[in-house]
Amino acid sequence: MSGARGGARAGGAVATRLASLTNPRAGLRQQVSASLAIAAALAAVLWVLYKAFGEGLGSSGNAPQFIVVCLNGLSLAGLYFITASGFTLIFGLMRVVNMAHGSFYLLGAYVGLGFVEDGVPWLVAVVLAGLVVGAVGLVIQQVFLRWNQGQELRQALITIGLSIILGDQMVAHFDPTPQTIPPPSGLTGSVSLGLYGIDYPSFRLFVIGGAALIGLLLWLLIQRTRFGIVVRAGVDNGAMASALGVNVQLVFAAAFFLGSALAGLAGVFGGTVLSVAPGQDDKFLLSSLIVVIIGGMGSLAGAALGALALGLVEQLASVYLPEGYTNYSILLTFILLIVVLAVRPTGIFGRPE
Amino acid sequence: MIRYRGAWTVGTRVVLVLVLLAVALVPAFFSTYFTGAVALKVLWLGLAAASLTFLSGQGGMVSLAQTALFGVGGYITARLMVFEAMSPWLAALIGVGAATAAGLVVGSIASGSRVIYFLMITLAFAVVAYLFFSQVSTFGGHTGINGVFAPAPLDNPTLKPTAVYYVCLACCVVAYLLLRYVGRTPFGLALQAVRDEPARANALGFDVRLHRTLAFALAAAIAGVAGVLATWQTTRISPGTIDVTRTIELLVVAVIGGLYRLEGAWLGAFVYVLLDTYLRGLSGRFETWIGIAFVAIVLLSPGGLAGLLARIDEEVRRPERKRRRRRRRRRAPRLGSALRRTG
Repeated sequence: MSGARGGARAGGAVATRLASLTNPRAGLRQQVSASLAIAAALAAVLWVLYKAFGEGLGSSGNAPQFIVVCLNGLSLAGLYFITASGFTLIFGLMRVVNMAHGSFYLLGAYVGLGFVEDGVPWLVAVVLAGLVVGAVGLVIQQVFLRWNQGQELRQALITIGLSIILGDQMVAHFDPTPQTIPPPSGLTGSVSLGLYGIDYPSFRLFVIGGAALIGLLLWLLIQRTRFGIVVRAGVDNGAMASALGVNVQLVFAAAFFLGSALAGLAGVFGGTVLSVAPGQDDKFLLSSLIVVIIGGMGSLAGAALGALALGLVEQLASVYLPEGYTNYSILLTFILLIVVLAVRPTGIFGRPE
Repeated sequence: MIRYRGAWTVGTRVVLVLVLLAVALVPAFFSTYFTGAVALKVLWLGLAAASLTFLSGQGGMVSLAQTALFGVGGYITARLMVFEAMSPWLAALIGVGAATAAGLVVGSIASGSRVIYFLMITLAFAVVAYLFFSQVSTFGGHTGINGVFAPAPLDNPTLKPTAVYYVCLACCVVAYLLLRYVGRTPFGLALQAVRDEPARANALGFDVRLHRTLAFALAAAIAGVAGVLATWQTTRISPGTIDVTRTIELLVVAVIGGLYRLEGAWLGAFVYVLLDTYLRGLSGRFETWIGIAFVAIVLLSPGGLAGLLARIDEEVRRPERKRRRRRRRRRAPRLGSALRRTG
């Protein structure tokens, strides 16, 4: 993150812009793909709305189903957001792509499960799991990543190796059969929404609220506190912040701790809603990747938007794809990725390299 | 004659011929089990890893999509052979063509992104391909496709592996020579320019994305061939062949061998398959050891085993090297002249 590197980056951006000016096809291609993407998105929204409200708003139509599917999508988006916010925080500050993020998620789930089984209240267990995973992340950052700052590919490869080790050790030390964490007392049942007489699991609503709260707290932390100012200074120009007397290494360590802790928290939430099992680590690493690629690496708002898009598309596609094509819903996730990248190669809120 | 960097010296040629001879004699001197289960796997795994090594070495693109493209080749071939009763050779051709086409599509999307984004986009594609093949019933769902028997002399790889072995070996040699050759064509040199200085190459009039996309499609074709060979050797293909574990396994093979040297792909495959075959039984936590070895190589020798060997080789031949370097300095810079030739 030296000044020279920043200069090189700006030079690259200028050259790219210059190329798009001198090469009219590039600009045209961008516009055509943007219009096509917007048209495709509109068509998809209209199709879903037609299927949902085509038979009117009465409870005999498909409106109740639509509401439940949307809520499922939102709660899934909440899980994705909590996981991906840690991932994007670490990347935004340190340019480290932490490929062990999924392993941190699963580790948090197992630690949380262990605490809850030992009789610790759920809300305490979630905090403890976050702290434990944060500490693990901090150790990994100090031992493996601190000294090769800036070597992006090497760091990504190191974290891939660590995720192999962590994944195997978790299979060895924890029960590999799928389990679920019991939700906190008071959130075990369903609540009535007061709409069409729908009962919805209260813990899933709690996940939506929890994700919104975590997002708000993170936003306040980054926008309104001294720590946030220092973090943003470090993102913009690490060398300058360092020269102004900011202990950048301390900020990096704190951010890595926080990012890992968020993965651990998400693990406990996810282990309660879905399940705790080997394989969930890869699933949530993938969802974090897709969320930040869509939203733009290093952006909190991007993570929120990407999580919403991914969660809603996944849930809506599994219900509203035409008969016989529901098996293909997984491809839609990839198509979403393609469409966003075709229009904005660095993601919706991403800054050009 | 112009000597390119990396052209073979007489010593290297002798070593390569000896290695090839030794590899060719494996079926004659080793047991059927070793030839069928170990040596054959080294060949096709090395071929798949070579497609990744080519991309990362020549194009600076570390791709995690190679396993998925390998799967596209294998799956399409298996489906055409088993469900449509198509001729195996035609099916293999279509399978490799499908892998190349998939490579073109993925490459054209991912080519706009630099190293880290590229890694993530290709990983996303790999996982989506895995989920697609495991969910769609036309490809056999979770069980995959069984009973994929290659044409007559190759149809019994467990008991009579010799014929399959030589076909695999021929594919590997051709792919190795082809990828080496491509690296020295104007296209290959422009690809290196795009790898090192994308903005400058762009300013000189090279279409950066086009070069990356075409290289990706070429690597996809190689991965597709590896997929067909692997499917013929195991006579089946299932989603387990292309899941995230396999994706990471291929990366491990390429990194152990060395991400920047084509020979490293087979070297890495050799070491990995040996460990996998003979050490997995000794330790219950094989994956942990592989992970530790992987991290150790990334930390200590980023060039992998091939890089280590090259360093030793350089030490041995130092006097000769110095002489050549002095001679080289008098000529124009290599990359510049290459760019002029292509431009």
